[in-house]
Amino acid sequence: MEWINAILQGILLGGLYALFAAGLSLMFGIMRFVNLAHGDFIIAAAFLTLVFVDLTGLSPLWAIVPIVPAMMVAGYIGQRVVLNRLSGKDLLPSILVTFGLSVILQNLMLETFSADSRRVSAGALDTAAIPLGGGLAVGVIPLLLFVSAIAVIALLNWIFAHTAVGRQLRATSDDPETVSLMGINKKHLFAIAMSLASGVVALAGVLLAVKTNFDPAAGPVRLLFAFEAVIIGGLGSLWGTLAGGVILGVAQGLGAKIDPGMQILAGHIVFLIILVLRPQGLFPKQRG
Amino acid sequence: MSTQNMFRLGLFALIIGALLLGPYWASRGTMRLLIEVFYFLALAQIWNLLAGYSGLISVGQQAFVGLGGYLIFSLAMFAGVPVLVGLPLAGLLTALIAWPTAFVAFRLSGPYFAIGTWVIAEVYRLVFAQIPALGGGSGISLPANIVKAMASSRSARESMTYWIALGIMLAVVLGIWALMRSRVGLSLSAMRDDDEAAISVGVETRKLKFLIYIVTAGITGLIGALIFLQKLRVTPDAAFSVNEWSVLVIFIVVIGGIGTLEGPILGIILFFVLREFLADLGSWYMVILGTVSVVIILVEPKGLWGLIQRWKPVSLFPVTRRSDG
Repeated sequence: MEWINAILQGILLGGLYALFAAGLSLMFGIMRFVNLAHGDFIIAAAFLTLVFVDLTGLSPLWAIVPIVPAMMVAGYIGQRVVLNRLSGKDLLPSILVTFGLSVILQNLMLETFSADSRRVSAGALDTAAIPLGGGLAVGVIPLLLFVSAIAVIALLNWIFAHTAVGRQLRATSDDPETVSLMGINKKHLFAIAMSLASGVVALAGVLLAVKTNFDPAAGPVRLLFAFEAVIIGGLGSLWGTLAGGVILGVAQGLGAKIDPGMQILAGHIVFLIILVLRPQGLFPKQRG
Repeated sequence: MSTQNMFRLGLFALIIGALLLGPYWASRGTMRLLIEVFYFLALAQIWNLLAGYSGLISVGQQAFVGLGGYLIFSLAMFAGVPVLVGLPLAGLLTALIAWPTAFVAFRLSGPYFAIGTWVIAEVYRLVFAQIPALGGGSGISLPANIVKAMASSRSARESMTYWIALGIMLAVVLGIWALMRSRVGLSLSAMRDDDEAAISVGVETRKLKFLIYIVTAGITGLIGALIFLQKLRVTPDAAFSVNEWSVLVIFIVVIGGIGTLEGPILGIILFFVLREFLADLGSWYMVILGTVSVVIILVEPKGLWGLIQRWKPVSLFPVTRRSDG
């Protein structure tokens, strides 16, 4: 039963990883751009949640209301002003700029909030759980995370499938040069994509703050988890990313069951095994 | 020989001569600083060879620094290997371990290769933290008898470390210079600029990337072994530190100028000068360093050396050929 519990908690944790990964996947899918500061932006959103709770005294979940739109706007502007200058065939500048950004963010957070590990309390929700019988129980917050991940991915897929912007984004993903010929402003579209990704990052950060401890140096590890979920799931498929997150979560859960020191390592090792055996990921996008 | 070459040769001889005599004129503090300069410069040139000359952008070189450090400690403690033999052996073994590592890392390309190398470095860190014989997560110190066996006195040990660090640094700089002037160097640049075009003119890019990755891993391992031999203590967090062995190294190369041999040298001078003045600022120092690199990539991707080149096209380590017209 303990093992089943470890798997169950791992699946729910996978929802959080899928949220981390969805933003990364979006950016790479559309702009062929990898943001090495991705994890640090998630942690920054978590710290903003902390500030929000300190200022308002409201439940941290309300932080979604100001932080998600604020980061979407910031993402749009950041892409228009800085990152669009970097998109191109050469990958090196974008990797180096985001790597530099990662270090800047980490150290700014360190200066502002100290190196202490923090957590934001959601009151009674923190310990609330739904019993499943047989000694199993699901925490309300982990469940909320998992449901949010599914909702976010469903929403993104709906945007891609059924809206004009979504179609333009998919077209850009397939062939950016041709899209420009069709009279679409690529700079604006890239900024829209970054804005969507930033919204997901903000949501992930708020939920992370409620779910677990975080500190200014916690970003890079989140980036690695997000990256692993994307690769395990297969590039280009958001549902695959969710599956990748779940696989990673379960691997970590089982690893922790064997030995607490093995939690993160087990996740990395499962990722490396899948990478070697199936480098295209488990559910790559099928497209000619 | 042209006057320019004469001047270059004279300058090199002067600098190398002064550095060789370091233990006779420098204080202990200065020597420690110079040792650090030497190994950071060697690491920077190697990262530059990977990213700037070969298009292999790694943020996981700390994997090999750490492996080198742990290997020399293990060789000395468990196999009784004298450290002078252990140093090259640690480098060799690191290259050997890099072989299967490369097999995994090369499943990814471009930006995903970068993050993949980071994951691999994390795996090594977590694995070494699990080995009780090496002190687990809290690491291990080099036993006193091994430290004493290294040299007759403390100052003799420090001089030895200094000369080895200087030797490795010079070998790396001059080795990369020779490499970039060779046919292989031309293939590397071609591969970096356009992989497919390079293949089409007969460059075996995959093989070349593998080879470069493994050889640089070996040299990085050797440098790592030396670093922790000097520190006398190795811990998983210090050995596989992304901040020390990737962030700082990348900043040095980027600020100085990526894709040139002069760039990292300029970068290292600036880095240590800034550190002497700004170290008290703590994390603000890293914010400043990060901001400087980001601005440089956005404004002048060729770094400070690129700025100098704009003003006056000079070259300390020419790798391009010029027709004598």
